Order: sequence, then structure tokens, then C-alpha cells
Amino acid sequence: MIKRKFILIFGAVLLAIVISLWMIFQPTKWTDDEIITLRNLWIGSIPALPPDPSNVYADDPQAALLGQKLFFDTRFSSNNEVSCATCHKPELMFTDGLPLSIGVGTTDRKSMTIIGTAYSPWQFWDGRKDSQWAQALAPLESVVEHGGTRMQYAHLITNHYQEDYETIFGPLPDFSDPARFPAIAGPVDDPEALTAWEGMTATDRDLVTQVFVNMGKAIAAYERLILPAPSRFDRFVEALLNNDEQTMKSAMTSEEVAGLKLFIGRADCIQCHNGPLFTNNDFHNTGVPTRSGLPLDSGRAAGVIKVLNDEFNCLSQWSDADAEEQDCSELRFVVSEGEQLEAAFKPSTLRNIAETAPYMHAGQFATLEEVLRHYNHPPLSPAGHNELEPLGLTNREIGQIIAFLHTLSGGVNAPPELLKAP
Amino acid sequence: MNKQKMSVVITAAITTIIIIVGFTLLMPVIGPRFLHPIMMGNESAPVDLDTSTSRLSDEGVFQVSWSSDPANVPQNQIHTWTLHVETSDGQPVENASILVEGEMPQHGHGLPTNPQVTEYLGNGDYLVEGMRFQMTGFWEVKFVINSGEQSDSVTFNLNIE
Repeated sequence: MIKRKFILIFGAVLLAIVISLWMIFQPTKWTDDEIITLRNLWIGSIPALPPDPSNVYADDPQAALLGQKLFFDTRFSSNNEVSCATCHKPELMFTDGLPLSIGVGTTDRKSMTIIGTAYSPWQFWDGRKDSQWAQALAPLESVVEHGGTRMQYAHLITNHYQEDYETIFGPLPDFSDPARFPAIAGPVDDPEALTAWEGMTATDRDLVTQVFVNMGKAIAAYERLILPAPSRFDRFVEALLNNDEQTMKSAMTSEEVAGLKLFIGRADCIQCHNGPLFTNNDFHNTGVPTRSGLPLDSGRAAGVIKVLNDEFNCLSQWSDADAEEQDCSELRFVVSEGEQLEAAFKPSTLRNIAETAPYMHAGQFATLEEVLRHYNHPPLSPAGHNELEPLGLTNREIGQIIAFLHTLSGGVNAPPELLKAP
Repeated sequence: MNKQKMSVVITAAITTIIIIVGFTLLMPVIGPRFLHPIMMGNESAPVDLDTSTSRLSDEGVFQVSWSSDPANVPQNQIHTWTLHVETSDGQPVENASILVEGEMPQHGHGLPTNPQVTEYLGNGDYLVEGMRFQMTGFWEVKFVINSGEQSDSVTFNLNIE
């Protein structure tokens, strides 16, 4: 009798174990819709580099080389210590690892990566610039970033890069008359530099601004070459598309696959983090709290007004675009008002996201776990309406999504000589 | 007899415990998706969605059709549409004024852009610039058409993949 009972119990336990193991180890099945979604996220779906009609030097290799020199040159700052690479370090995926970037002073935003920004119609968290070259110029004249002025930079180009510059852009104007061209002048916050700038003739100011603009276009030509490299996730999708189960298994663990399934499914990350760069380049309010010590950040609501009035936007006199030729369509058809712009920010690319902590526009979250917990229980937004809905993810599921996000680390796809000062 | 009954009860109790414990352990693996389809998230488009690209307007005033360039509507990429407007008896409608609106009904938000008809191309064709769909899923694009004499609107459904 006891023996029979024992056999019964043993049988039940065995059955439970077998069913559990079968549940855990059965290969994840993907529906046709999911496979389409995965193919859209795959790096193989990345289109050819889109042309930048606002920058005729965008694909000029000499401009890119000059841009690379400028990117790493700390002389282009008020204290000789800050270059673009200060906040966009190649070894940190072109970010700086800080919650708020530090140049000459401390900014009120976290630095975004350069990788793949050639595909982005809007630059910065609030999209206040609409091209890589216009973006590159803003920190140069920010009082807390490079802290310099365009007049100072025009002198530096004359003194150190005249030959490089003239090969690409033609003769440099003669800036040697200090009565016409002071050492420091520009439309910046510093009152002395601003007064000097306003004292110059409009023609002379344009000569200086043209050199400044060309610096931006050279830096953009360099930045266009900084692209994301394939990651384990891409190897997984490629294997999936080829029905190669062996490679799928070696590319991603079952926990990571479960995280991917949640990412494109119930967690709904895909709504904003879609396409091969994992961003829809739109602006979304996700209720990210204001960082203590900083004022309320209205995000896109202010950013869109800035880009429409920007002296370097796609429709400006400094742009090479032609609105008649359907150029600048992002700017011409931009949404400029509405509650949805309030405290909305650009979803950052998730490629290399595990390498680019902290997170959000002011580095509010130190870890991916904090980010996922925020999305799981979205709070009220400090301004406007938080688009997020509670996700109801378990701790284990949060862990799986984080595991999946680590499979997006593939680094930079660019020749090694581009990843350091030339 | 009594002993036999007892063993059945014990076996049943132990099996129940195993099933409950097993299910609790398995929940994080299988997720709640087997419990109720609504917990799946990712609501899909209505099954009987009419995604035809040529439709009669709401009041039957215009026959309207659209095509996109590129032909497959891209995701996340700004592009143009050509809208063809004719009267219900097949005459091209010239120089109408047309408003464009896009919406994702299941998400309650619109397009990330503010598309506009920028040019009359002749033969009832209109150039729509600034179309961009930032999310996959079910979208509605509405055109409000005013030909001067008559006005009507038409809404197209499309599924962005």
C-alpha cells in the first residue's frame, strides 16, 4: 500500500518536473508579426546614410578629417581644456558617463551619444537643432560647455588650420585687423563678447559666422562616419531569419530572448524604441522626474520654438538646402504646439545602452533597473501628461528585459583611426 | 477500506500542492498571457479593417485615393503622398483646399509631423508633404476636402508594419 502511494507521489513529482523543464526549455516561438518587428529592429534594416542637403560638405573626406581634428582639439574653448570629446568620449560610446555633462561649467542635461545621429532629424533631447552641423556649433558657444566665441574660433582656424580649411572651403577671410575683428566676440551670454560682437559690421560678422558654420559642417562630416556596429541581438535576428537555431542559441540566452519577447510585446517598449536604431526620433513625455536643483524642463515645447527660430536651421541662409526641392521637410512640417510637447524628450537610441549610464535627459536614473522600475510604475509627469501606462512586470521580467538590453552592446562601426585624435 | 480512502485523499492533496507550487514557480516563465488575452498588451488592429487606398468620401461627394512615395509606407521616415480627388462621377477636382490629419486611435495621439498639401499637380492630383508614422500599428489618416462648391471628408485606415 505504502509502495503504491510512493509510486503515485513520485509519478506526480516527476510529471511536474518534466512539464516545468519542457516549459522552460521549449524554444521560443515567434509569430510572423513578431518576425517582421524583429527584422525592423535588426541592424541589417538600417538604410543607407541619408543625405544631409543642408551640408554640401557632409560626404567630403577632407572635411571629415578636419572635423575629426576639431572634435578633439581643446583649444576651441575658453580654458583650453574642453573639446567635443570631453563629453563625447569614444571609449564611452561617445558619451561621458555623467548625469549632467561638465564642460567649462555644468550643463543641465546628460550628453547624448554621437553614434548614428546622422539618421536623426532632430538633435539634442529637445530637438532644438535640426542637423548634426547646427548641433555641433551650439556647445561651442555655450557658456557652460566650450565657453568660447565664434570670433575666437575664426582666429584659431586662421592660426592652426588655414591650409586644411582652404582646401575644402576656399580662401579664409583676413581676420588680422583687430579693430574689425577683436580677439573675442560672438552672440553669447558673456556681455563683453556680446558687446564686441554688436560693435562689428554686419558684413564682418557674416565673414566670421561663415567660418564658424564651416567648422560645424566639417565636424558633422566626421560625426556622420560614427555608426553603430552589429551586436549579439543582430546576430540572433539574422540567425532567426535564416532559420539557424544553433546560432540563435549561441547569440542570446533564454532569459535574454524572454526579455526581447517582452520588449516587443507586453512591455510595449517598441512603441518609441523602434527601427534599427531603437528610437522613433519623436518626442514623448514619460514622466521623468525633474532633477533636484534644476528648474522644470519643458523639453520639446521649448525645443521646437528654438529650432524654428534657429539661425542655423535647415531653412537658414547658412544651410545649403533648397526648400523648393522638398528639402527641410522635417522643419517645414514640424508640430510646433500642443500639450504632447510639454516635458517631452527624444527617446535615446538603445544601441549600446548598457554602456551609457546614467539615463534620461538629466541622468535621473543611475541604472537600467531604475529605468525599468520607472516604466513599470509610471508616476505623474512634472508637467504635461505622462504617456506611460503601468506595465505590471514581475521582478524576473524586469531582469529579463535588462538582460536583453545588454545584447544591444555592439560598439561603434567606424575605422579605429576615427576613434581618437588624428 | 479506510486505509485505502486515506491514501487516495493524501495522494490528491499532495498532487494539488504540487500543481499549485508548480504553477506558482512557472508563472514568471510563462507569464500571465495564458490567463487572459487582454494581458497580452499590444492590441492589434480591428480584424475587419478596411485598408483600401481608394474610398468614397463620408457624404459620397468625392472619390479619393492615395499613393505614397516610396510605394510601401515607411516607418519613421518623412515622405510624400499623392492624393487623387475626383467627383463621384469621375471628374478630377481642381484646386481644392485640403487639410490632413493623422491619428492612432488606439493610442490617442497624432502624427509627429504636421503634413500639408503643398502643390496641385494637375488632373485631380495633390502633393502631400511631411507624412511620417513614428509607430507600427493601426493609423487613420483623414483628409478634409473643400472644392469651393462642396466640402467633405474621407478617412483612410492603414497598418504600419
